[in-house]
Amino acid sequence: MNISTSFNPWFLILVGSFVAGACAYVGSLMVLKRMSLVGDALSHVALPGMAVAISIGISPILGAFVALTLAIFGIWYLEETSDTYPEALVGIFFTASLAIGLLLTKESDILEALFGSLDKLDFTEGLITMAISIAAIAVAAFLYNKVIISIISPELAKVNRIDVKLINLIYLLLVGGIVSLGIRFVGTLLMGALVIVPAVSARNVTKTITGYLWFSTIFGIISAAAGIFLAVKMFLPAGTMVVLASVAIYILSYFLKGGSLRENPFYKFRKR
Amino acid sequence: MPDNILTVSDLSVVKGRRMILENISFEIKSGETLAVIGPNGAGKTTLFRAVLGLMPYTGKVVWKKGVKIGYVPQKLFIDADFPLTTLEFLRLKDKNRDKIKDAMEAVGFAPDKSLLNNRLSDLSGGELQRIVIAWSLLGNPQVLLFDEPTAGVDVVGEGTIYSMLEKLRIKKNLTILLISHELDILRKYVTQVLCLNKEMVCFGLPKDMDKNVMNKLFGEEVHYYEHQHKF
Repeated sequence: MNISTSFNPWFLILVGSFVAGACAYVGSLMVLKRMSLVGDALSHVALPGMAVAISIGISPILGAFVALTLAIFGIWYLEETSDTYPEALVGIFFTASLAIGLLLTKESDILEALFGSLDKLDFTEGLITMAISIAAIAVAAFLYNKVIISIISPELAKVNRIDVKLINLIYLLLVGGIVSLGIRFVGTLLMGALVIVPAVSARNVTKTITGYLWFSTIFGIISAAAGIFLAVKMFLPAGTMVVLASVAIYILSYFLKGGSLRENPFYKFRKR
Repeated sequence: MPDNILTVSDLSVVKGRRMILENISFEIKSGETLAVIGPNGAGKTTLFRAVLGLMPYTGKVVWKKGVKIGYVPQKLFIDADFPLTTLEFLRLKDKNRDKIKDAMEAVGFAPDKSLLNNRLSDLSGGELQRIVIAWSLLGNPQVLLFDEPTAGVDVVGEGTIYSMLEKLRIKKNLTILLISHELDILRKYVTQVLCLNKEMVCFGLPKDMDKNVMNKLFGEEVHYYEHQHKF
């Protein structure tokens, strides 16, 4: 789990920043869609895929992606054909996958799956990871306006000839893609942090959508760079440090929030 | 009829096992204002959703060929701190600054920078409805469907939004379909009324809306009183 010093730490920081930036960018939409925990839950779906991939000796990222894609089509199908709301469906897939994943994963590999394994990343995998991160941001940027309109009003979106179902499917697949990347870094248990925390922090410091998007991405990148850097210096696990760095940014943003004290519930409480 | 902008015949909508709408037929000509009225749960919004093709129905809905439709939904899903300014919202539809300025003026906003830079979630109900109309106008629609222009707006606001719609109708040669609760406003601005209570209770001119129709529509004695609006 700890980063071996034999590996070039600057390369890890670079790859980590790309992944965290992509996760935050895509995650910013997820927070607006009020699907914050879906990303978190989906990361658990990746577990059986990673277990199989590790046991047959292929990249766990690929294994995670395949498992996530299957689960996403499953969720999407049930969402369109049954009356159960998506979060509950994700819950079903998530617990089922976690159970199967734990059965399949060798005990020695469980920690790696749960908390990430950055040190095992080789150069080629790093390059591919960066390329996929850029692709994910490009797809998300292309979808962004359409997703925003369909959040504000699905009907308005449909009247404007936006295929809301298709957009939702592509978006979920995109989430699957970035979750598979992020898992390598922070593991299934902490994946939610890469997707949710930067966006929530960004919401504290801006009121425009452009600012929100940029701040989310930048906060994600800073968390990864600072977290991995500290992890290397202090011989600590990278994933946990990245998550703690992003939470530190959140706390800072909370106090930076414009007129924060007046909107602060504790302040209101005290005034009464 | 060739000059009909919308012709609906025998439209029925079933949700689950419930019949929401049954055999609705009406037509609208270009430049008319049709008001759909009826009690809560009468299927007014469903009717809009069906003619917009947003939900399955049986029967026929025929729009004039190539017609552009603007729609103002009853509510938008924006949280209190949704990070989206008015300008950004309008830019989702069209990025052209001059067009945005024109659309803002058309719905009665002075070219005031501050409103454009406000968060959408900070606008009042009336302001928000006008902004959504402006949003629709950016697509140069020939028809505007408006789900409850008055919802959440005070009486003074209601006056401005109806008179504003009327001005827009004349200026942009719009055909307007609206869902309304304001019976006395109907006589002033509306050319056709469709009374709905699962099935069609009436379709005709506002002046034909007498007490009998109202009783049939709302199922009991309607306290129909006129109150004055200042426009």
